[in-house]
Amino acid sequence: MQAIISVKGVGKTYAGGFTALKSVDLDIQRGEIFALLGPNGAGKTTLISIICGIVNPSIGRITADGHDIQRDFRAARSKIGLVPQELSTDSFESVWATVNFSRGLFGKAPNPEYIEKILRQLSLWDKKDSKIMALSGGMKRRVMIAKALSHEPSILFLDEPTAGVDVELRRDMWEMVRGLRKSGVTVILTTHYIEEAEEMADRIGVINHGELVLVEDKHTLMRKLGKKQLAIQLQNPVSTLPESLHAFTLEVADEGNQLIYTFDTQREHTGIAELLRALNQQGIEFKDLHSSESSLEEIFVNLVHQNQNERQLVG
Amino acid sequence: MSMNVYGIRAIYKFEMARTGRTLMQSIAWPVISTCLYFIVFGTAIGGRLGEIEGVSYGAFIIPGLIMLSLLSESISNASFGIFFPKFSGTIYEVLSAPVSAFEVVAGYVGAAATKSVIIGILILITARFFVDYDIAHPFWMFGFLILTAVTFSMFGFIIGVWADDFQKLQIIPLMVITPLTFLGGAFYSINMLPEFWQKVTLFNPVVYLISGFRWAFYGIADVNVGVSLAMTLLFLFACMTAVWWIFRTGYKIRT
Ligand SMILES: Nc1ncnc2c1ncn2[C@@H]1O[C@H](COP(=O)(O)OP(=O)(O)OP(=O)(O)O)[C@@H](O)[C@H]1O
Ligand SMILES: [Mg+2]
Repeated sequence: MQAIISVKGVGKTYAGGFTALKSVDLDIQRGEIFALLGPNGAGKTTLISIICGIVNPSIGRITADGHDIQRDFRAARSKIGLVPQELSTDSFESVWATVNFSRGLFGKAPNPEYIEKILRQLSLWDKKDSKIMALSGGMKRRVMIAKALSHEPSILFLDEPTAGVDVELRRDMWEMVRGLRKSGVTVILTTHYIEEAEEMADRIGVINHGELVLVEDKHTLMRKLGKKQLAIQLQNPVSTLPESLHAFTLEVADEGNQLIYTFDTQREHTGIAELLRALNQQGIEFKDLHSSESSLEEIFVNLVHQNQNERQLVG
Repeated sequence: MSMNVYGIRAIYKFEMARTGRTLMQSIAWPVISTCLYFIVFGTAIGGRLGEIEGVSYGAFIIPGLIMLSLLSESISNASFGIFFPKFSGTIYEVLSAPVSAFEVVAGYVGAAATKSVIIGILILITARFFVDYDIAHPFWMFGFLILTAVTFSMFGFIIGVWADDFQKLQIIPLMVITPLTFLGGAFYSINMLPEFWQKVTLFNPVVYLISGFRWAFYGIADVNVGVSLAMTLLFLFACMTAVWWIFRTGYKIRT
């Protein structure tokens, strides 16, 4: 399948000389939800701004739906909707006026029925005549989403859509994003809530210090880099581990009442059977077993740290 | 793909709506302030002055007063129109939209110029309550009106792009344009000046605008009307070149 967005060797050095992006290559597949993760200042917004035409790349090429974003900017941009990170709205405009303005700006003939539909979906219909400055932050965020959807884009960028949004609204947004995907819209979102990426994304990209550290299918990523742990609740506390258990990556916890065994999910052999046998031989009895999986958050933190350590080694 | 007409219309409508919201300050004030000029200069003082080249003083100052408002309103409207989205951050939408430089300028400058022309016409109508006047060349009168409105709206657009704070936004209109218009022959014929100052005055571009505009009213001019027209077009061309350069390089718009 041809990528709906293709980023090739894109880099950005800002006027002050700061390099925010270093040669990023990325393909976004049609119809997927792609989550871009990375710490503050990693370059997420810069990358999105370049694709959307707000920031000029210093180097590299990008196509959106097959159209070069610079040479063929009309065709490319009319496919794209953007909800930026910053809440910037025209305070004095009404919700209705500002959403219709966006549609016109993107070259679409007026379509009040469609605008009504998205305002209703975003629970903004009863606010349509309100001035934007009279809305709460969460409502403003929804107005910006309505603006981004007003011209029926096939690619939607959400730059931290759920920052400062309450739990309920966050669930609503996830619902909306899933609905969009069902209707064929490709969604690229950035977030600091790993939970969000874990919940929503098909694929995940991790960006750090302007470099795309990794792009991976979410499930593969969690399988590959995820670690599983087995907590073994002991009948009687142990002080030291017998020699025969040293081969296992074991940790003594809870003042000797618990053993924690960490194993790689990628390995064919988990080693659990052997461990249990060895415990048995040593006469260590246990009363409970319980396994847990590392979350995407832990994976992410590990990745970023690893990346930082490598940088320190190089630098 | 062809031109994004809906895009131009959206910007134009947005800007006109902004004018509508601030009707008092954007339309009423320029008209009222011009009335004050008529009362003070046209009626009170002008009554004691004689005619200038066969035109009563009250009528003589009409074209200059209209130009005065036209220049300051065009500049302030267009500069604020583009400065504010930059300031508030809403410019992201225009930058990410499928609109070309031409379409952006057509929307912002078109709206600012429309507003200035409306103000000009309102002043013209209001003047009728104070003094009698005729318009010798109505076609040229409107021609100069529109040309000047467009040119200085474009100049305002450039200032709005260049300014990164409110002070910069005000400084050119205040420190450059206002003195030039006052010294540009709005209240006198430059023939009334000593010869040396007549020469100096010719370096003031506003002289050509007012002179040409006055010619359209009364058929009298300080400089040849052809020169006036040429100078106006020259300035328009200079502004267009600057705007073209701004969009080409992304100067202060796109990082
Ligand atoms: N206009 C600019 N001029 C100079 N440097 C900039 C500019 N915009 C961003 N930067 C720098 O580029 C880097 C990347 O910024 P960017 O906004 O892309 O990060 P981000 O990943 O979106 O971070 P966050 O999670 O905080 O939103 C930062 O170090 C930032 O300071
Ligand atoms: Mg960001």
